[in-house]
Amino acid sequence: MATQHSRSVARLMMAPAVVLLLGWMLVPLTMTLYFSFKKYLPLRGGDLGWVGFDNYVRFVSSSSFWPAVQATLMIVGGVLVITVVLGILLAMLLDQPMWGQGVVRILVIAPFFVMPTVSALVWKNMFMDPVNGLLAHLWRFFGAEPISWLSEASMTSIIMIVSWQWLPFATLILLTAIQSLDSEQLEAAEMDGAPVLKRFYHIVLPHLSRAITIVILIQTIFLLSIFAEIFVTTGGAFGTRTLTYLIFQRVLESQNVGLGSAGGVYAIILANIVAIFLMRIVGKNLDA
Amino acid sequence: MYLKNALRAATALTFVATAAAHAQSITIATVNNGDMIRMQGYTDKFTEATGIDVEWVTLEENVLRQRVTTDITTKGGTFDIMTIGMYETPIWGANGWLVPLDGLSEEYDVGDILPAMAGGLSHDGTLFAAPFYGESSMIMYRTDLMEKAGMEMPEAPSWQFIKEAAAAMTDRDADINGICLRGKAGWGEGGAFITAMSNSFGARWFDEEWKPQFDQPEWADTLNFYVEMMTESGPAGYATNGFNENLSLFQQGKCGMWIDATVAASFVTNPDDSTVADHVGFALAPDTGLGKRSNWLWAWALAIPAGTQQEDAAKQFIEWATSKDYIELVAESEGWANVPPGARTSLYENPEYQKVPFAKMTLDSILSADPNNPTVKPVPYVGIQFAAIPEFAGIATQVSQEFSAVYAGQQTVEEALEKAQALTAEEMEAAGY
Amino acid sequence: MARTVTTRRKSLNTVLAWAVGLLIFFPILWTILTSFKTEAQAIASPPLFLNFNWTLENYAIVQERSDYMRFLWNSVIIAGGSTILGVIIAVPAAWAMAFVPSKRTKDILLWMLSTKMLPAVGVLYPIYLLFIRLGLLDTRGGLVVVLMLINLPIIVWMLYTYFREIPGEILEAARMDGATLKEEILYVLTPMAIPGIASTVLLNFILAWNEAFWTLNLTAVDAAPLTAFIASYSSPEGLFFAKLSAASTMAIAPILILGWFSQKQLVRGLTFGAVK
Repeated sequence: MATQHSRSVARLMMAPAVVLLLGWMLVPLTMTLYFSFKKYLPLRGGDLGWVGFDNYVRFVSSSSFWPAVQATLMIVGGVLVITVVLGILLAMLLDQPMWGQGVVRILVIAPFFVMPTVSALVWKNMFMDPVNGLLAHLWRFFGAEPISWLSEASMTSIIMIVSWQWLPFATLILLTAIQSLDSEQLEAAEMDGAPVLKRFYHIVLPHLSRAITIVILIQTIFLLSIFAEIFVTTGGAFGTRTLTYLIFQRVLESQNVGLGSAGGVYAIILANIVAIFLMRIVGKNLDA
Repeated sequence: MYLKNALRAATALTFVATAAAHAQSITIATVNNGDMIRMQGYTDKFTEATGIDVEWVTLEENVLRQRVTTDITTKGGTFDIMTIGMYETPIWGANGWLVPLDGLSEEYDVGDILPAMAGGLSHDGTLFAAPFYGESSMIMYRTDLMEKAGMEMPEAPSWQFIKEAAAAMTDRDADINGICLRGKAGWGEGGAFITAMSNSFGARWFDEEWKPQFDQPEWADTLNFYVEMMTESGPAGYATNGFNENLSLFQQGKCGMWIDATVAASFVTNPDDSTVADHVGFALAPDTGLGKRSNWLWAWALAIPAGTQQEDAAKQFIEWATSKDYIELVAESEGWANVPPGARTSLYENPEYQKVPFAKMTLDSILSADPNNPTVKPVPYVGIQFAAIPEFAGIATQVSQEFSAVYAGQQTVEEALEKAQALTAEEMEAAGY
Repeated sequence: MARTVTTRRKSLNTVLAWAVGLLIFFPILWTILTSFKTEAQAIASPPLFLNFNWTLENYAIVQERSDYMRFLWNSVIIAGGSTILGVIIAVPAAWAMAFVPSKRTKDILLWMLSTKMLPAVGVLYPIYLLFIRLGLLDTRGGLVVVLMLINLPIIVWMLYTYFREIPGEILEAARMDGATLKEEILYVLTPMAIPGIASTVLLNFILAWNEAFWTLNLTAVDAAPLTAFIASYSSPEGLFFAKLSAASTMAIAPILILGWFSQKQLVRGLTFGAVK
């Protein structure tokens, strides 16, 4: 059905978006690559010449590299698991008939509207502060010793904060998917006396698989680059230094643009590995 | 008579001219500390007097530092005045990125700036930033709790005394911690404190060959002493406490002692904010008898980035904001205790200011700090709680993160020092030392 | 819906859902409440819920210190501008992908998404230098372009999934009737695509509003949005919970209200093609 003519028109229509994104990708990428082969120290006079792969070797052999990769994967993985699991449960709950569904839905999606900086600040100061935080009050109320969240349970805390922000997104997408579920099919299964868990595994979960992949894909893209949450809460201390944060430290705190750029290239490679991996799954699901 | 009238007309004309050039406006990046916020409130007076509009970009310290550093290294020209500290000034000045502050007016009286401050804000004898306020660190303690513990604070105590006093003042049931100190990661937070403290234990960051010194026993002594004392008498979760957290703990009456910036003195003695305002005493930062105390030296200062179009206007603003008149302006409406401290000799000679309880101790602390000889052994760098080299901020932030992990009980002192030694060596090598 | 539900079950659902909803919403509620307390009440132990003297002084202090409206206006322009510009560029692209798909369509789509994975901080210096060269530092225009580029992949993808749900037969029918391409887009497609475009606009407006790296690092005065506004309240000296809460409430209120009124569109539209 697509004629030669409509094809070229289509190409023309795609051109602006593709060209712009190509530019947005290529210009910084080229510059990052260029800097990554340079000794570039802004505070020591800037460009100090070519150094080959020095920056690359140095970045990986640094003692902070692998822990950073690990922290990155932990945060991404942890948030994904929490948001998907809780998202499914929440979506199923919200799908049930109830009074005031609209209001509850607003309450649930509200965290998505909050700026990451604000949510990190609010959680850090008003909830997780070991002296004046609300959680500390709660702990004391039950006679327990308050936890200093951001140092003793730093990773958990950050995953908690980020999950809070992204749970609404996952819930919304999963909710739309659940709503499209054929209720007659479910009822038939219910009539047949299939237990709840079985119904969930055989009917609900397969139906949601596509939505779950999409949640995972979109969230991963955003989660790989979270920054504000760490910058505000722990500043990368207590094992929460992700790859993005490590690059930030190299570029802005150590003022070593060359080294940071090499880190940037690694981050792009890591992101692409994750992406290819994801796209394999999504691609399959998107076709289905 | 004629002449006088002509003069008057000329003045009026210049006034009109400046008013017409009202479009002139300068952009100032500053930190969100109390004294700066207060200064913003008085900006109208400056605009009235000069016709120069002032735009403020007020940011939290870490964001500010990242923002102005990016702008100055790329010559972005976004700001006409930047608020920077003693760490940045000599480095940037040496790179030729700042406008030298010479040719300042007679009544500004450059010679009045405290020599320690002027020295730290200069490179090769040229002043590159004017101190808005300066600070050292000292002990602030609760006189009532000290009395209750049956002890008496000497004017210049030792660390051993502090540790004993902290243990004696601690009353966990009453939610009173004997001592509150910074433990928060970051070179300007916990990093600054532990570095200043380590000086009094004879430790140093680098030897004369720029070799990192974390494998030396002095550092282990410092950290072990600190951790032991804090475990015994410090607040829960001190690994994330910085200046602000400790300030609010102290104001709420939850600390027996607090060793921190001298500027905090005016906050803890201000009855509006502090529940313990009437019971605060001051003493010099402690030592271990090696001849160096553990107090630092810092100034928040105003500097003009080279290449700005508004150099004259910027200079005018700096002269206004760091002048004797500005201090008097604040004193008039907010009281002498709230003027920006630590910048000018004349302030400490003012009999009105001498009545302020912390004035003398602040001056003594500032005067006892020597950035050129920060610790017992010789060092190749300048700076007490920092080393004024471009790499320091990055390194020290990571090192202090390792230390904070010790405070949080996630690793031992030995492990942290080992990592600190390795990563410092790594970064110094990357920088080409 | 033939599902019959007992009142008991419905009540149970209601209670449970409200409990969960309030729990999730609680941090925001707490922030709003705290913004009306004095600093001393904000850290009172035990915490005060409603039994405090409501005060507006924090809002007054915040407004006195920083001109809220200017930041707000910048946020609106930057988020709105980047979203509109993005949609204008993305609609044709998404249309082409959805209705004239080729073998490479999916690859292009996935490639577009992958450009989002570039860690922003790694390219801060290059972009900053570029902005200086082009004179874009601290301009709204510069930020509009950057945020548009950041969100463009998401916009394209969302629109693509909506367009794909429009049945092709309708288009063919229109074509049979002799509709030109222009008419086809204007009279047939657009009305069907409006809900999808609306929710795309909403989502991207939110994303652009909340973007905190570039908006903070590429602005100073003239273009500084609410993310910069909040950066001056994060840790001042002394007690600051109440002031921080007031500033936070001011920063999130506009988007919260917008979300409140448009939640139907958002809920209906946010599928990313999850439903088939």
